[in-house]
Amino acid sequence: MTARTVLQQADINRALTRIAHEILESAKGGSDLVLLGIPTRGVVLAERLAAILRGIEPGLPVDVVGALDVTMYRDDLAHHPTRTPQPTSIPASGIDGRTVVLVDDVLYSGRTIRAALDAIGDLGRPCAVRLAVLVDRGHRELPIRADFVGKNLPSSTSERINVRLLETDGVEEVSIES
Amino acid sequence: MRHLLSTKQLSREEAIRILDVAEDMSDTQQRAVKKLPTLRGKTVVNLFFEDSTRTRISFEAAAKRLSADVINFAAKGSSVSKGESLKDTAQTLAAIGADGVVIRHSASGAPAVLAGSGWIDAGVVNAGDGTHEHPTQALLDAFTMRRRLHGAGSRGRDLDGVHVVIVGDIVHSRVARSNLWLLRTLGAEVTFVAPPTLLPSAVGAWPATVRYDLDEALAEQPDVVMMLRIQSERMHEAFFPNPREYSRQWGLSAERWATLPGSALVMHPGPMIRGLEISDEAADSSQSTILEQVANGVAVRMAVLFLSMTGSEAANPTETEIA
Repeated sequence: MTARTVLQQADINRALTRIAHEILESAKGGSDLVLLGIPTRGVVLAERLAAILRGIEPGLPVDVVGALDVTMYRDDLAHHPTRTPQPTSIPASGIDGRTVVLVDDVLYSGRTIRAALDAIGDLGRPCAVRLAVLVDRGHRELPIRADFVGKNLPSSTSERINVRLLETDGVEEVSIES
Repeated sequence: MRHLLSTKQLSREEAIRILDVAEDMSDTQQRAVKKLPTLRGKTVVNLFFEDSTRTRISFEAAAKRLSADVINFAAKGSSVSKGESLKDTAQTLAAIGADGVVIRHSASGAPAVLAGSGWIDAGVVNAGDGTHEHPTQALLDAFTMRRRLHGAGSRGRDLDGVHVVIVGDIVHSRVARSNLWLLRTLGAEVTFVAPPTLLPSAVGAWPATVRYDLDEALAEQPDVVMMLRIQSERMHEAFFPNPREYSRQWGLSAERWATLPGSALVMHPGPMIRGLEISDEAADSSQSTILEQVANGVAVRMAVLFLSMTGSEAANPTETEIA
């Protein structure tokens, strides 16, 4: 088992800064944005994106970040050990009529995002839903694609992509284990 | 967790996990759309050999909020002997295709028999068996206490140092037993108060303080006072002279309620008999959690159904593969 680092802290910061600009460009400003991170690391990334966005766009709403747990909407609950749900928190102003940006660390089969879209449907009706991921590793099983990608990492299904962030893991890197 | 048969079998970590999942379930019950698709295509059978309205509709609401199909099977009046009938019933349910069975039975241990029998391959949840246990009631009581005491910071917390006084018919009460084991596991202190006739003879072996005088117990300024229902159907067995005397000695009257600190909670598993074990002043005060207990019951039962009906022991994926 060998691990190879593909993104270091500075790379991750640069990718997030670029994604923040792309989000603002596509949404034509930040006034109706909501960033929903998918636990655990998606929430950390959403908070970091919000911090960067505030630096660029001072008019950003105060409560722009939320967490969206998708455990209860998954289609594979019967095939894995029981998962423990994580808290969901939605900004008090809700998501109706706003542009929701889903944030996750790795985009793989697309099933997590499918579950997230169902979860959003139960919470309200955004005017648009976008997807931002730090790493897209391919192997989609559903017709889902990301709007904002930090790094495309073509990988084999036998490899493991590890995203480690300071807030959750104490170190900051993206590595491939094979 | 495959089955939930008792709170005695729960470790501290398992109990806190159930309560934490219940927090998430409770959050979803505040939304406009309360239904989750989690148990879509699964069938939950409510198998009630004993009368129950509250527990059954609470389980039914919990299963329906998780999108499971619910079949209510009221087996009241069945005269077939316990072992045989349970086996036949279980095999019938297996043939129908039940994924989860919620069972209430007058015989202590019936859920454990069903879970260990091999007659049916379904998660079994004990909804009250004889005078043994009623684990989801204890879990919802603990959940309610934790939320009132720790507020938004409840997740991951236990009930360390909380003093709970449980008053009433201890001898017949599976709620009292389930609460005792769970509260002790979560670090709380438990005091039972009852007339000697309503305490089990083996109470000395339980990890609880026993008192016969309610005023003495309330003088210790407990954090929680839980009143149990005096079951009128048992009055004729002469456990105490008459209801008025019971009420005077062991009822939570307005005067007794006034002696408690403002932070003390009053709980009741319901249905309560006002004027007998509990006064209007206590039951209707802002420190009464009686209706919260009902609402929390649905969230806790959703958590228990979720944990017992999803997941496969064999599969073992890594987090990255899931993403």
